[in-house]
Amino acid sequence: MSRGLVPDPTAPLTPSGNLRRRQVVSRVAEVVATGAAVVALAALVIVIWTVVSRGAGAISLDFLFTGYPTGVGPMLLGTVVIALVATAMAMPIGVLVALFITEYSGARGARTMKLTLDLLNGLPSIILGLFAFVFIVAAQEKQTAFAGSVALAIIELPLIARGSQEVLQLVPGNLREASDALGVARWRSTLTVVLPSALGGIVTSTILAVARAAGETAPLILTSSAFDPNTFSINPFEALPNVPTWIYKVSEEGNPNGYAEAWGMSLILVSIILFASLGARALLARSKRKLSS
Amino acid sequence: MSATATVAARASRGTRVSPLRKRADQFGDRVMFGICLLAALVAGGAIFLVGYQIVHGAQPAISKFGFAFVYETTWQPNFGEFGAGVLLFGTAVTSAFALLLGGPIAIAIGLFLTLLAPKGVGAVIGPLVELLAAIPSVILGFWGLVVLAPFVQEHVEPFLHDNFGFIPVFGEPQTTGLSVFTASLILTIMVVPIIASISRDLFRSVPRELQDGAAALGATRWEVVRGIVLPTTSSGVIAACILGLGRALGEAIAVSQVIGAGSEIKANLFAPGSTLAGQIALQFPGALTELHKAALFYCGVILLAIGLLANLLAGWIGRRFSYGGAVNW
Repeated sequence: MSRGLVPDPTAPLTPSGNLRRRQVVSRVAEVVATGAAVVALAALVIVIWTVVSRGAGAISLDFLFTGYPTGVGPMLLGTVVIALVATAMAMPIGVLVALFITEYSGARGARTMKLTLDLLNGLPSIILGLFAFVFIVAAQEKQTAFAGSVALAIIELPLIARGSQEVLQLVPGNLREASDALGVARWRSTLTVVLPSALGGIVTSTILAVARAAGETAPLILTSSAFDPNTFSINPFEALPNVPTWIYKVSEEGNPNGYAEAWGMSLILVSIILFASLGARALLARSKRKLSS
Repeated sequence: MSATATVAARASRGTRVSPLRKRADQFGDRVMFGICLLAALVAGGAIFLVGYQIVHGAQPAISKFGFAFVYETTWQPNFGEFGAGVLLFGTAVTSAFALLLGGPIAIAIGLFLTLLAPKGVGAVIGPLVELLAAIPSVILGFWGLVVLAPFVQEHVEPFLHDNFGFIPVFGEPQTTGLSVFTASLILTIMVVPIIASISRDLFRSVPRELQDGAAALGATRWEVVRGIVLPTTSSGVIAACILGLGRALGEAIAVSQVIGAGSEIKANLFAPGSTLAGQIALQFPGALTELHKAALFYCGVILLAIGLLANLLAGWIGRRFSYGGAVNW
């Protein structure tokens, strides 16, 4: 053994040369990835902070419960009505589509249906607005909130169907088998065993879909934009005042006088949507865990 | 032998299914199937109905302008002359910008959430990033108009113009901050959560053994990503980007709030512009003539075609090249 092959015991233990370079590259990549997450979070925080700080001042009891110009009650009520009507149409169809995928269609049918739902989900909302306009508004020659609800229902449908289908698929097979073994007819076990055990997931998927639809603007500016902001109404067969259209109008006019109310409405809409989706997400994760355990 | 006979006899006596009940159950099964099938047909029919109605609404413009509509650049409602060239250009520029900026950020977030973030941190940040997608576009656009546009106009645009002005896209800033650039930034914010959440799910599906094997061979974290994680998921990530692109192409409201309604093709990102979807949202409620409406419907037809194509392409890439069924959305 010659002396030259023994490593110098006093050399520092930090890597050098190529290894050092590779470690630096890796470190830089880590910092960049963390930075990207920070940037996205910052965007969320800045937007929400702006909405909260500028909107909080506008909110009062009058703001919530009286008509324009002292409050925006009719807009809030109209948005609720439009979303409810849309959900009343989308939820039954969505759940039935999910049942069709999990209980009746074969593998090929399921693939086709999933593709269909993904395509529906990918339709731009302005396209659905145009559709509701030509299909309902132009045919009746007047704006109706119902037309907006139809467009929103098409937005909600794929979300509810995909969400429910994922939960339905988690319902343990032995529940169905037990039901079969007791001689229960297929449709009875679907209605009394499968659906109830997936109910939590179905409801939370629906809430997520409603949260998405409640803020959609594009369909409503084509179907329910000519309204009187001072009249409370729940009749979906006329143009109903609604929050998104109002915010859009204010920003189009570019008149800063209306900004305070628009921020106030934004705050109400954003907080409802964010709390609904956060809560629904947590519940969904829980019911999925419960089903698969 | 007699034993089996008794069992069978007892069984038939025990269950005692009346023929009526049996028929009712058969009927019920059939009805249930019928209702579900009907719902599925409604969902499938909705796409065709939407497509038919949009084309139907565009009919006058299609027969008047033909295919030339797609590349003609005049848009003059007063003279009844319409062409979607400028709009297509604006749509392409804003979406491409959003994807070029948002794609890498989103993929980096996906990597951060799967590989870097401690478990608790990832569980908080992941849903928060997805919340970004839950903010209604009208509110994001309103924020863009009131907060982002002035900031961009005062700080970002002069900075980019002064330092990178030799690149033509960073031209002379305009007075309002309402520009293609601002619209692209808003679209970036919308695209990031979509791509980030899909790529996070993809990265999670990469087999642990492969990554550990690479690490055991001495690969650094970045080399594991570069050599294992990205190659196994690349097709899915591309599909995710196409889905994000589809979202950016079709966004009407937020874009029309901040893009400033320009009507010319300009190389300058800081000039106002217009997009297909934005033009529909801006002009449809106050459309002057039936032809004007039909032209906007024609824009819708183009948008619908691009959107469906993007979704089909994303699905196809995801299925065709995915790593062992990793893509499932």
